[in-house]
Amino acid sequence: MFPNRFEYRRPGSLAEAVQILAENPDAKLLAGGHSLLPAMKLRLAAPSTLVDLSQIEGLRGIAANGALTIGALATYNQVHDSAAVRQAAPMLADTCGIVGDPQVRVRGTLGGSLAHADPAADLTAVVLALGGEVTVVGSGGERTIAADDLFVDLLTTSLAPEEIITEIRIPDLAGAKMAYEKHEHPASGYAVVGVAAVLAMGDGGTIRSARLAVTGATAKATRLSSAEAVLAGKTVRTETIAAAAAAAADGLEINGDLYASADYRRHLVGVLTRRALERATG
Amino acid sequence: MADTMTAPATMAIQVTVNGSNRGGNVEPRTLLVHYLRDHLNLTGTHVGCDTSQCGACVVHLDGESVKSCTVLAVQANGSEITTIEGLAKDGDYHPVQQGFWEMHGLQCGYCTPGMIMASVSLLQRNPNPTEDEIRHGLEGNLCRCTGYQNIVKAVQYAAGQIGRDAGAADAPLPHDAHRPIHHDGTTPHDPASVDDWEDELAGESDES
Ligand SMILES: Cc1cc2nc3c(=O)[nH]c(=O)nc-3n(C[C@H](O)[C@H](O)[C@H](O)COP(=O)(O)OP(=O)(O)OC[C@H]3O[C@@H](n4cnc5c(N)ncnc54)[C@H](O)[C@@H]3O)c2cc1C
Ligand code: FES
Ligand code: FES
Repeated sequence: MFPNRFEYRRPGSLAEAVQILAENPDAKLLAGGHSLLPAMKLRLAAPSTLVDLSQIEGLRGIAANGALTIGALATYNQVHDSAAVRQAAPMLADTCGIVGDPQVRVRGTLGGSLAHADPAADLTAVVLALGGEVTVVGSGGERTIAADDLFVDLLTTSLAPEEIITEIRIPDLAGAKMAYEKHEHPASGYAVVGVAAVLAMGDGGTIRSARLAVTGATAKATRLSSAEAVLAGKTVRTETIAAAAAAAADGLEINGDLYASADYRRHLVGVLTRRALERATG
Repeated sequence: MADTMTAPATMAIQVTVNGSNRGGNVEPRTLLVHYLRDHLNLTGTHVGCDTSQCGACVVHLDGESVKSCTVLAVQANGSEITTIEGLAKDGDYHPVQQGFWEMHGLQCGYCTPGMIMASVSLLQRNPNPTEDEIRHGLEGNLCRCTGYQNIVKAVQYAAGQIGRDAGAADAPLPHDAHRPIHHDGTTPHDPASVDDWEDELAGESDES
């Protein structure tokens, strides 16, 4: 299998990349290519032009000073291996070590995963629970999009067609407890359901606030607001965790497929919420 | 589609493959695996699934293992590539190749080039993997024949061999520590010639 014909461009600067996108409405950005190229081989995507981001300087760096800044082209392996990420947001480092398989982790990028917004991707839920945001550059200049506003629908984000994610920012979460739990599809490795939980802690073991997000169950990565409401202000106890898990799927529009029915996925949302909270606080 | 009609038909690329400079003109849509197989005649790299799942096409791109069915040849422009053909040095098999040979890590051999290239990367990232780490480290490679048991042993053998080559005192002895053991507890013989083998057989029947 090979893709339709296309023109291949490898710009040396962001400005040039934005210009190519603006001039070619059918163009697509190419990062790690591990979602886009398989789709192009199946002719599910047939862009006229591919804009390879790999030669643009400054899109791979990882920096921490309280908050964490990760270049959009940082690969899963780079994020997983980064001591700064492990220190600031261990759940993010850990999750980048379990995406797909080792070859996917060599090529796939954090920016590509968020821009692709696969309904079963891992990093969408993780970045959403971490309260992350992305910086994007387009013909109208630079803007910031909170993860809460990034995922719109199945494979759809709020990025304009000529906008490029340049970096991902994770706020300072010092002292927060966090974990991601997924039930992975045995063949693809994608999340059948995955739940990411981040708990900001107050005095005496109380949960100041909670951010939980689910992937795999819904069309897009989605906050588990019912579970968050149960947890806020409570102390960490078995009963609190059980109550949050029981409420987790409330209000979600859950999809089923051949592998897992909507009912089964609903069940998994509760189970994985409990496990994520147990591991985060354990 | 007017754009695609006016797009340049081919682009020039330069790569280093198994230590030699290679170059040529490719269509942008040419996958790296097809460039290696069809343009350079390096047919050791296989195409299995062609959907990024099976790992039969794994090669090293700038030192890391990638699925060459999911990389464009133009993306590899300027890079160093190692394929299964380039792994042996001066006629000596790489320890991972030795491991697959010694531990019977293959049957039909279709997955083997990708399996070996992925195993080399696995041991570079983790020179002393546990069995579990080996199994997870080869998650991107599917084998339809072996059931993976002997592939795991092959990687363990290679880890021991590489450790010994590097002078690690506690590295397991590849030949002894990972010798396949028959169900009756004996180990296989390696007769050096058919004559030796016949002598051994004769010796065995003498004993019984
Ligand atoms: C065998 C296999 C198993 C996988 N398993 C998993 C898994 O378990 N979990 C998981 O989460 N994912 C999995 N994936 C998907 C993988 O994580 C992809 O790499 C990732 O989703 C996309 O990142 P990329 O860098 O490869 O993006 P690309 O494929 O290059 O691009 C994806 C899309 O994002 C756009 N894009 C890329 N970068 C940017 C940017 N900086 N700004 C704006 N738009 C951009 C592209 O135009 C394209 O539309 C798997 C993939 C494969 C092939
Ligand atoms: S042929 Fe490339 S992964 Fe199967
Ligand atoms: S030996 Fe036949 S597929 Fe692995």
